[in-house]
Amino acid sequence: MEFFSHQTNYPFMATRKVWYTLSAVLMVASFVLFFTRGLNLGIDFTGGVSAQATFTHAPSVDDVRSKLAAAGFREPQVQNFGSSRDLVIRLPPEPGQTAAELRTKIEGAVKSVDPGAQVAQLDVLGAQVGNELKTSAIWALSFTLLLIFIYIAFRFHTWRLSFGAILAVMHDPILVLGLFSVTQTEFDLPVVAAILAVIGYSLNDTVVVFDRIRERFETNRRLPPPTVLDQSINQTLSRTIMTKVVTSIVVVALLFLGGPVLKGFSEALMIGIIAGTYSSIYISSAIALDCGLTAEHVFPSARKSPIDELP
Amino acid sequence: MLEYARWKYYLVVIVLVLGLLVASPNFFGSDPALQIARKDHAAITSDAMKEVEGFLKDKKVNFERTYIDKGRLMVRFRDVPDQLAARDAVDGNENYKNLYITALSFAPRTPEFIRAIGLRPMPLGLDLRGGLYLLYQVDVNSAVNQALEGYAQDARRALTSANIPFKDVTTASATSTGRPDAIRIILPPEADVQAARNALSQPLQGLSVDTESLASGSAIVARMTPAQIKERQDYAIQQNITTLRNRVNELGVSEPIVQRQGIDRINVQLPGVQNSADVKNLLGRVATLEFRLEDTQDNAYEAAQKGRAPLGAKLYTKTRIGRPILLKREVIATGDQLTNATVANTQDGVGVAVKLDARAGESMLKTTKANLNKPMAVVLIEKRRETTEVNGKPVTRDVTDETVINDATIRGVFSNNFDITGLSAGEARDLALLLRSGSLSVPIYAVEERVVGPSVGSENIAKGVTALIIGMAGVFAFMAIYYKIFGLVADLVLLANVVLLTALLSMFGTTLSLPGIAGIILTVGMAVDANVLIYERIREEIRKGVSPQASIRAGFEKAFSAIADSNITTLIAGVVLWVFGTGPIRGFAVVLTLGIATSLFTSLMGSRALVTIMYGGRRKPARLSI
Repeated sequence: MEFFSHQTNYPFMATRKVWYTLSAVLMVASFVLFFTRGLNLGIDFTGGVSAQATFTHAPSVDDVRSKLAAAGFREPQVQNFGSSRDLVIRLPPEPGQTAAELRTKIEGAVKSVDPGAQVAQLDVLGAQVGNELKTSAIWALSFTLLLIFIYIAFRFHTWRLSFGAILAVMHDPILVLGLFSVTQTEFDLPVVAAILAVIGYSLNDTVVVFDRIRERFETNRRLPPPTVLDQSINQTLSRTIMTKVVTSIVVVALLFLGGPVLKGFSEALMIGIIAGTYSSIYISSAIALDCGLTAEHVFPSARKSPIDELP
Repeated sequence: MLEYARWKYYLVVIVLVLGLLVASPNFFGSDPALQIARKDHAAITSDAMKEVEGFLKDKKVNFERTYIDKGRLMVRFRDVPDQLAARDAVDGNENYKNLYITALSFAPRTPEFIRAIGLRPMPLGLDLRGGLYLLYQVDVNSAVNQALEGYAQDARRALTSANIPFKDVTTASATSTGRPDAIRIILPPEADVQAARNALSQPLQGLSVDTESLASGSAIVARMTPAQIKERQDYAIQQNITTLRNRVNELGVSEPIVQRQGIDRINVQLPGVQNSADVKNLLGRVATLEFRLEDTQDNAYEAAQKGRAPLGAKLYTKTRIGRPILLKREVIATGDQLTNATVANTQDGVGVAVKLDARAGESMLKTTKANLNKPMAVVLIEKRRETTEVNGKPVTRDVTDETVINDATIRGVFSNNFDITGLSAGEARDLALLLRSGSLSVPIYAVEERVVGPSVGSENIAKGVTALIIGMAGVFAFMAIYYKIFGLVADLVLLANVVLLTALLSMFGTTLSLPGIAGIILTVGMAVDANVLIYERIREEIRKGVSPQASIRAGFEKAFSAIADSNITTLIAGVVLWVFGTGPIRGFAVVLTLGIATSLFTSLMGSRALVTIMYGGRRKPARLSI
């Protein structure tokens, strides 16, 4: 079976203005959403109290909320978590109260709704830890991008490809943030891990295309760069789509079977994989071309790096 | 001709067999179990085991079997509800509650011969088995402060003994950070600065010393270097980790984790523990003792009324003896000088039998000899952090509680062995544990606390495993349809990849969490990539009209640089996550990174070996099933 029985020949370079515009529109929309609606940050980042309660029958969310307010909690947030019988309760930081005291109060409130209800999980986080996590997440992201910029520049002998790759991957997390602003799915630590994995995968695709560009330039230096880039993307297209289809199979399995804990994680991966596939096909090589990429940049001399000689 | 070096076949086979062996304990699964340990840390006898068995049978709790492991009783169950019922029964019994501490645990079903060679399944994270997670903040500034106080005291002593006048010795903070890092010795105008510096050269050795001139007189500032500050902080954290570890071990929890996190944090993971209040209370307590003579010359009530103690004495209003008391300033011995503390039954009720080290024992001997028939008191000192709300904003302050727990007449001469009374049975037990495990050198505060119920854990496992199986089945089916025989090869390779990844994770003792399972599932998806790259390349070659064997060779060779480069970029992201991340992120990163290594090995060497066996050698396949 083959998705592409004949070698495709799509004119990606000639139509690149269209794709640039599409990306720009999506990114601007994401930014606007991000700054207007904002993310629904989990207590990993905000600090506070999160309790997971299991009921014997589906409770009324409003009822639980008012019972919690009556117990003296300010702004309790109550949501369904996975099933209609499971609720997650989130509270702002409650300084001066131990987890045991909080548990007793929360348990009291949920038991007044349903005597068989139980608090299955309770997390209490200081706000300070969350702030540090934000900082370290941003550091991790910047550091990853920098290292990858250096690695690609070293392996492909030109910053133009590095630049294309980095711009293309920055596009993916921005779209994920935009989508999380729309859906208001809780943005927690596993989502950050998913975003970094998305960056890794998106680069993975981009680098496979770049590898083909290097090969095409090597075999045929006379060809104009736009033709080489188009050929390279088309020749790797079936692989790009194939790998993403397979990865999507497992991500869909995670999304529907992994339970509520992995919901944000799987959503971020799903969106990120789609965005990443798009950006590595339509954006990364096009940017390198607009930076003036030619065969001479990839092959300053006819040398080969030793890694290519390995088995 | 398509060939593959013989040693590479051997390597693939050896790695696979070893991998299968190391990974095997994970495939047997484990039973829920209840661990019962005595609170006084004595070993559980087989009689006690029989008694507990009988008790559980009376309560109609089903269990599989019981055995004693390292002095602790382990009871295995078929399922979690039985386990919980047993726990509730034991914890609910008045006698057992005081005698035993219980922890929910897992007992692996690994066959004996595999267990005998030291192979263990991956430990499960708290999100998969339930338990208590605590993140403690270590007050590292107070560690530096303690060091500075020590320097200040030495400086005062040195100047006094050299007869050099000084106005004051204080600690000072760095202007850039606002954190204390220096001491200031303020000298009067007439003082000889050089002589003072000479006198201080010994006690302040290693510090960077400067002289400042003030409006009247001058000041000598001795600053700790950043390296010294870091060393001091590291020491404090290390010491606290040791103490916490001792305390956790004393609690009798199975497979506890106590580790440093970042610069000034310690994370404690206690699988199976649910009663967080008791445990947290005990772990974070800063408690020590002081032994002092009573000041019988002055009137304590009078001092309490005035709120001021006479010279050479210290006033304690919080006491267990029903009256305020004045104690002499000199401390005979402190809790740090203890070598052992155990609960003891004395004539005056339950107490703590303590054993002092040689120096404290000598001091105690001298004091008791000279002060026969005079009263001596025991002071319990506890530090804690209180958070109160002032104008809607939380304000934290450190509180030190000093309580006189007992005041008794010295009836005979003793040195390093004696009993402390005046405590309830529970207090005596906790105090003995705290004293024995060593005190925390600086206070710690819980900044994060998570309790995961046992049923949440087993639900998470079930979900993770289902997603893994369905996801893998989907990938396997898809590959077999899309690449036919080569797809089946890829499926075998993927399976080998999961086995090797599990083996590596077990070998490193990585704790498996839900994000970790997600990482494994994702690795399955991504490991396909290398195979896809190779197969697409082989198809390309075939389309060009190259012979099947040559196509295979060209496919593997030409795909290599793309596979290497693309995996290294993902590896970079994985390693950064590993380094920067904590908790769930790190768990995911470890799996992602190791997964890249195993998928490179299996898809490059493993699948090459398999394909060569099928199509290589002298055979001349007319076409490939790809």
